[in-house]
Amino acid sequence: MFRKILSPFARMFEFQARTHYRAERHSMALTVGIILAAGVGGFVEIAPLFTIDETVEAAPDMRLYTPLEQAGRDIYIREGCYACHSQMIRTLQDEVDRYGPYSLAVESQYDHPMLWGSKRTGPDLARVGEKFSDEWQVQHLINPRAVVPESVMPQYAFLLENELDVESLPARLHALRRVGVPYTEDQIDNAAIDARGQARPETEAADGVFQRFGDDTNVRFFDGRRDRVTEMDALVAYLQILGGLTDLPSQTRSLEGD
Amino acid sequence: MLQRLTIAERQLALAISIAVILAGLLMAAAGSGDPMGPHGAIVMFAGAIVFLAVLRVIQDPEPLEDRAENYYDDPTRVGLLISLGWAVIGMGMGVWVAAQLAWPDLRFDAAWSSFGRIRPVHTSGVIFGFGGNALIATSFHVMQRTSRARLAGHVAPWFVLLGFNLFCVIAASGYLMGVTQSKEYAEPEWYADLWLVVVWVIYFVLYIRTLARRNEPHIYVANWYYLAFILVVAVLHIVNNLAVPASFAGAKSYSAFAGVQDAMTQWWYGHNAVAFFLTAGFLGMLYYFLPKRAERPIYSYRLSILSFWGITFFYIWAGSHHLHYTALPQWVQTLGMTFSVMLLVPSWASAGNALMTLNGAWHKVRDDATLRFMMVAAVFYGLSTFEGSFMAVRAVNSLSHYTDWTVGHVHAGAMGWVALITFGSIYAVVPTLWQRETMYSWKLVEWHFWLALAGTVIYVFAMWNSGITQGLMWRTYTESGTLTYSFTDTLVAMHPYYVARAAGGALFLAGAILAAINVYLTIRNVPQKRTEGDYPTPSEATEPAVPVAE
Repeated sequence: MFRKILSPFARMFEFQARTHYRAERHSMALTVGIILAAGVGGFVEIAPLFTIDETVEAAPDMRLYTPLEQAGRDIYIREGCYACHSQMIRTLQDEVDRYGPYSLAVESQYDHPMLWGSKRTGPDLARVGEKFSDEWQVQHLINPRAVVPESVMPQYAFLLENELDVESLPARLHALRRVGVPYTEDQIDNAAIDARGQARPETEAADGVFQRFGDDTNVRFFDGRRDRVTEMDALVAYLQILGGLTDLPSQTRSLEGD
Repeated sequence: MLQRLTIAERQLALAISIAVILAGLLMAAAGSGDPMGPHGAIVMFAGAIVFLAVLRVIQDPEPLEDRAENYYDDPTRVGLLISLGWAVIGMGMGVWVAAQLAWPDLRFDAAWSSFGRIRPVHTSGVIFGFGGNALIATSFHVMQRTSRARLAGHVAPWFVLLGFNLFCVIAASGYLMGVTQSKEYAEPEWYADLWLVVVWVIYFVLYIRTLARRNEPHIYVANWYYLAFILVVAVLHIVNNLAVPASFAGAKSYSAFAGVQDAMTQWWYGHNAVAFFLTAGFLGMLYYFLPKRAERPIYSYRLSILSFWGITFFYIWAGSHHLHYTALPQWVQTLGMTFSVMLLVPSWASAGNALMTLNGAWHKVRDDATLRFMMVAAVFYGLSTFEGSFMAVRAVNSLSHYTDWTVGHVHAGAMGWVALITFGSIYAVVPTLWQRETMYSWKLVEWHFWLALAGTVIYVFAMWNSGITQGLMWRTYTESGTLTYSFTDTLVAMHPYYVARAAGGALFLAGAILAAINVYLTIRNVPQKRTEGDYPTPSEATEPAVPVAE
């Protein structure tokens, strides 16, 4: 009986082996076969993510990174922070208890590229914004073990000495607009001024930031230094906005609680 | 060595090197003040080395050799040596990054030496530098032998090999300067990516043209895998690296995709870099060198067909298992999980096919460390593909993801499978390539085998322990319903395992250094002897290209 059940499969393998025996004489048959076989899965999994509307939630209050925050994000990438810190809270109870409401797709809608990460040598940072003071963040980046003795994080004291390159920001925001981030002409043109302004409260430049990016924008001396705008300013400004681009995740949780 | 090129070929090589120098000059000029500037200098330097090397022999007479009588192995030899060099660099970097996690101040307080910057030097160094060069070199060897034909072209193989290494050097030096796209295993920026596309197209054309010259009616199974490696890596590389540079005078670019689509594209790439770089190509190696060394035909032709097409079709779907419980829609996660589990069938078909091939040759496995490298590689391939399918199950993944378990799994594959099959193949092919009687020291091979195996086992066990411990600690609740452990509590618990991991890695590195020494001494000291039948022959010749079934 076993043999009878298997016989169609045996015939199929027989057929397959015989066809293959002929096909493998042609390099182009193999080439086309490989491309087709390997093409299906990627197409079926990726293409619909661009067309199915429910993939990314609608969040009308979703805001963009300011030039200073985007500059900080670029530093985060440059230093490889993503190798040890995820920015993706999974839909698991312990993660929600530890880090906050689980991450939504819309929160990284404008993240080119996304920084969801793959490893937590350090904790998740998706909602680290405003959990610690600027002062704490700066001290922790200068010497992590002065703040958390058990930490294995590298020191980033040099960020406080490096003046931030703001001149390239208009070009960077422009490139971001080309890949789909809706920066306005005004925001792009003033990117360099706004980047400085966000780290210089009570100045004319700071008013421009509020005007172009909204009154809720964090405008502070992030690194505590008043003499110049450093890479530390940018990185801390970025860390402090993580999880703060939209209120939707916290609403989702309260809705589910009802 | 370069005297073996005809004068026309030397002129072509000279022209290409001049073009490379000019491109480097352009990059250095446009990118001054940006990391692109130093990269331009590196490109110019690389072009200049080739230019000078070719210029030295440009006046030499035309070569006299009859090209139909010999295989062209010069690029293969150089490729294998470069691969061993990258092995020592990449694994050395690995030991260093591992040590930094145990002793975080081990870095001279410099910006370039932080974990985040040197970790990709380790991953790219071993995957692309060591693995990639070994794949390119062995593919040149295997395609000629299984086709009984000489390489189609003499400049193209050099272009592929040296061009690929230029990509590797730009990648590694870029990470130290902070040039990265942050996409794991696809970190190099846009100009390096474009260059790799050029190199890869030439590689594909070379492969197809060599196959077209073959004196065998059938294309041997090793070549299917090498072909899949070349083709699919090209597709993955191009799609995942689509980006818009902020300026053509700078390194920085922004990925074309964002958020959830970017995550899916990245792990479609990331997982299939494992599939088509670290699996398909190395299965090509296995399917040639294992039967050759064991002097046994492949156990089953039909299993080869089944596993080849199974791997090619199933693997592509599996990437989304990296994104379980994330903001990726659940239907994609489920597809990824399902195909990951099904993938076990073709994976074990391959591993089983390799091990069954050894039936009748197990006494050789006992006596010959080279064959034992290949056998243990097949075993680790079977083990890590089983572990991979297991970890792709959503419930298991909720524990293992983000922890060291993943790191351990990757290294079971990378050390136990990829590196061991590569070292086995290197020991098998070096005497043939340099026309020596044997390797310089079989004792060193034996030492290397046991160091590598011990290193891998220590590494993997340390990471299993730390990963599962950490995963469990993260989800432990007190009786009052609060989390028991803070994140730093889990970090403290990791420390002993991080020390053990660094020690395991150091053993593995020591083995790789022995391999480099042994190969060097073989080339220098072992008497010449040409391997029998190692030249292009018509397919009616009595000696088969690979052992045939009895």
